[in-house]
Amino acid sequence: MSTRYFGAAVPRLEDPRLLTGRGTYVDDVVLPGMLHAVFLRSSVAHGRVRNLDPSAALSMPGVRAVYAMADFAGFGSGPMPAMAPHPLLKSPVTCSPLAVDEVRYVGEAIAMVLADSRAEAEDALAAIELDIEHLPVVANARQGVADGAPRAHSGRESNVIATLRGSHGNVDAVFAAAAHRFSETFEIHRGGCHAMECRGVVAAPEPRSGELSLWTSSQSPYMVRRHLATYLGRDEVDIRVTAPDVGGGFGPKANVYPEEFAVALAALACGRPVKWIEDRQEHFLATTQQRDQFWSLEVACDATGRMLGVRGHCIHDNGAYAPYGLILPATALASFPGPYALAAFDLSIDVVLTNLVPTSPVRGAGRPNAAFVLERLADTVARRLNLPREEVRRRSFVRAEQMPYVTGGKMRDGSPVAYDSGDYAKALSLVLDKIDASGFARRRADAAARGRLLGLGFASCVEDTGLGPFEGASVRVTPAGKVVVATGAASQGQGHATTLAQIAADALGVDLSQVTIKPADSRIFPLGISTIASRVAVTAGSSVEIAARKVRDKAIKVAAHMLEAGEHDLEIENGQVRVVGVPDMNVPLSTIARVLSGSAGVPIPAGVEPDLAATGYFEANQLAFAYGSQACEVEIDPETGDTRITRYVVAHDCGRLINPLIVDGQIRGGVVHGIGNALFEHMRHDEAGQPLTATYADYLLPGAAEMPDIEIHHIETPSPRNPIGAKGAGEGGTIPAAACVISAIQDALGPEAPFVTMHPLSPEQIVEWIDKTRK
Amino acid sequence: MSARKIHLTVNGEAVEAEVQARVNLADFLRQAIGLTGTHVGCEHGVCGACTIIVDGRPARACLMLAVQADGAKVETVESLGTPESLSELQQAFRDRHALQCGFCTPGMLMTIEALLRVEASPTREQIRDVLSGNLCRCTGYQAIVDAALDAAKARRGTR
Repeated sequence: MSTRYFGAAVPRLEDPRLLTGRGTYVDDVVLPGMLHAVFLRSSVAHGRVRNLDPSAALSMPGVRAVYAMADFAGFGSGPMPAMAPHPLLKSPVTCSPLAVDEVRYVGEAIAMVLADSRAEAEDALAAIELDIEHLPVVANARQGVADGAPRAHSGRESNVIATLRGSHGNVDAVFAAAAHRFSETFEIHRGGCHAMECRGVVAAPEPRSGELSLWTSSQSPYMVRRHLATYLGRDEVDIRVTAPDVGGGFGPKANVYPEEFAVALAALACGRPVKWIEDRQEHFLATTQQRDQFWSLEVACDATGRMLGVRGHCIHDNGAYAPYGLILPATALASFPGPYALAAFDLSIDVVLTNLVPTSPVRGAGRPNAAFVLERLADTVARRLNLPREEVRRRSFVRAEQMPYVTGGKMRDGSPVAYDSGDYAKALSLVLDKIDASGFARRRADAAARGRLLGLGFASCVEDTGLGPFEGASVRVTPAGKVVVATGAASQGQGHATTLAQIAADALGVDLSQVTIKPADSRIFPLGISTIASRVAVTAGSSVEIAARKVRDKAIKVAAHMLEAGEHDLEIENGQVRVVGVPDMNVPLSTIARVLSGSAGVPIPAGVEPDLAATGYFEANQLAFAYGSQACEVEIDPETGDTRITRYVVAHDCGRLINPLIVDGQIRGGVVHGIGNALFEHMRHDEAGQPLTATYADYLLPGAAEMPDIEIHHIETPSPRNPIGAKGAGEGGTIPAAACVISAIQDALGPEAPFVTMHPLSPEQIVEWIDKTRK
Repeated sequence: MSARKIHLTVNGEAVEAEVQARVNLADFLRQAIGLTGTHVGCEHGVCGACTIIVDGRPARACLMLAVQADGAKVETVESLGTPESLSELQQAFRDRHALQCGFCTPGMLMTIEALLRVEASPTREQIRDVLSGNLCRCTGYQAIVDAALDAAKARRGTR
């Protein structure tokens, strides 16, 4: 089989459309008779709706309806379904599509206005009379676990909805016998996803067929269909959900949202298509985020600085609801022990309800938090024992010869974690070599002469990728000779239309331009899970490989019949099946496809099913573990605290690269997301739970001027756990990035400065530490 | 609601329209004339996704009212190339993988297009500085800077 495309940096097939303004994002979907929806949202973090009077709004120009939850009684009622049930959650902690009585965060939807235009709907919003009784607010997770704290949900006995625990080995014995024990507390703040396209949904009832069609800016269109069907008491065959072009996801678009249900309910209630497009302020208020964690940890090490055990506790801010169950804190917990071979660990996480926007995974999904605390603990050991930071890591890493390595930890489903392959020390050595760590002292001295503080930082991670159970794909050759690949995996910019096409083109010996991907349309492909957890290259990619090979085998079988040749004498090349060494003896795939498409009264070759097509489902029963190390240099202006990242080097192993251009793009974007978490992004709320940073003037995203060029080095260790040898690449850039940047800042501040245990770091904070150190 | 008649040129074509005074130029381009390549990302002038060129200079279509474009010459992403015949800048974006989800891309293209018309040989730093008004969450910017440099080079070679 040729591998002309697998591994090649081919430009993307989706680009010409997107570069010329011809993408179709959900806001580009326009239907006849479509109404525009806007949501009335709670302006208080915790309250009870006493009265809602829409009468003035209803009489305003262009307004067609104002709906509260009670208006949908004929179609559906009750709270949203739980997307990821967890045994520790006795009942789902979800909200209703529109709040019924109690509201639990600023931004929770209470009612919606439908009008001929969005502007008219927004005008009417201001005319709705809403009376809310204020209730006591839980504005942060530590407050939420304090004695006598108010309840984020009235009537709940505790704000702690679950306590997760992960342990391995005899941690007490390991700590008792260890030469050294150090403890630290950490405060981590991560912000939102901030896809450049906000969320949006269009719902259209088909009055004749009774079907309901949804276009949604989602990473999980099939989950939307399944849960909406259940909620509406319909069969999912009567609901079509499509994810059109989606302008970035980064995790939060994987949730099934109350707005998706509310828009669908509204469309059914009014019998017309309804569109809702989230604006950026709503994105700050109502799209899930990833927020605070407070860790108290202790690390044990031997006399040489080799880390032996970690124990401690985390208070995790869950926000007001748990739409995605406990996946986020559970993923943070499952990320231990990272790349380190620990004899024992024992960790627990209190998942705490607060009256803040709900949380769910954002790029990295709690793994960056785990990487941050583990890497800081490694730096603690180095600092306290006066050892080189890289030595502590080298002595503590899982070694290449230990692969496959059973960590003692458990995955989110309770199965044991076994790293499949990799050489963690090699990745760290590679980045230190490439960043010229040995020449750093000279560069630092040069910077000092210019009045600047230079610091070198590094961090490593292991990432579980290719989460099960499956994605699927069908591959079909049309009678025109085109290859159409349908899959349930939705795309939000990852380039699946190219990478999946590369796999199919190689298997079928066709030119890449002959392959078209049809993603995420429930009418075209029956099943899909989600584009999350760096899983699509592994799951959908392997499924395309499986399906395309079946098609190839079928084509060869039919061609053998048509050419009167043995199957083993045939090869597939240039869109033809031909006899090896006799290229003139061939039959085009288009001809085979035509034969298998059937003609009235003409039998198709015996023993072959109609249609030159096949479906493949790769069942990802075992995770593929990607890993990597990152190193960076920062330069700090001690007067202003301005921190510039002057160099950034990544070593990354995501198995076999399908398309290096695309993998590099994933890594660079991921690193920059992590730099944002380290230095810029801070979603702040006051003690009443009011958001203080709900514009891009207040909430800073990393911009082009502040970001470094990022140098990438690949290590390719094929995963033995899937037919294409791939591991996921979507989050490995982000996971260690904040830890890497903070480590460099610590290094720049010097050994006298306080040990840095938090992020993001503001320039003010950095100046304060510098001033304190100099006194 | 007061409506006004406006006359403007959009991508070289004369447009005459009746428009409400409060409609911003991005909504006008997208909804009134169907040019949906201009994207709306933040509606407060920070993200730059809606960047277009007005009378030769880059402008935020979300911060400008359609009535303010009366008499103006407006260029959007649709004025650059076609899928079959990409402009040098669009081709450089494709070659360098300077776009992922594609949502910020039209604004990026128009910002760089405006730069390259006045600065044939921009430096890396200049490009990064100019792009500080355009947010991208996918790429990390580096590939966009590379693409802008490539496009500048290609344009110097062909013009």
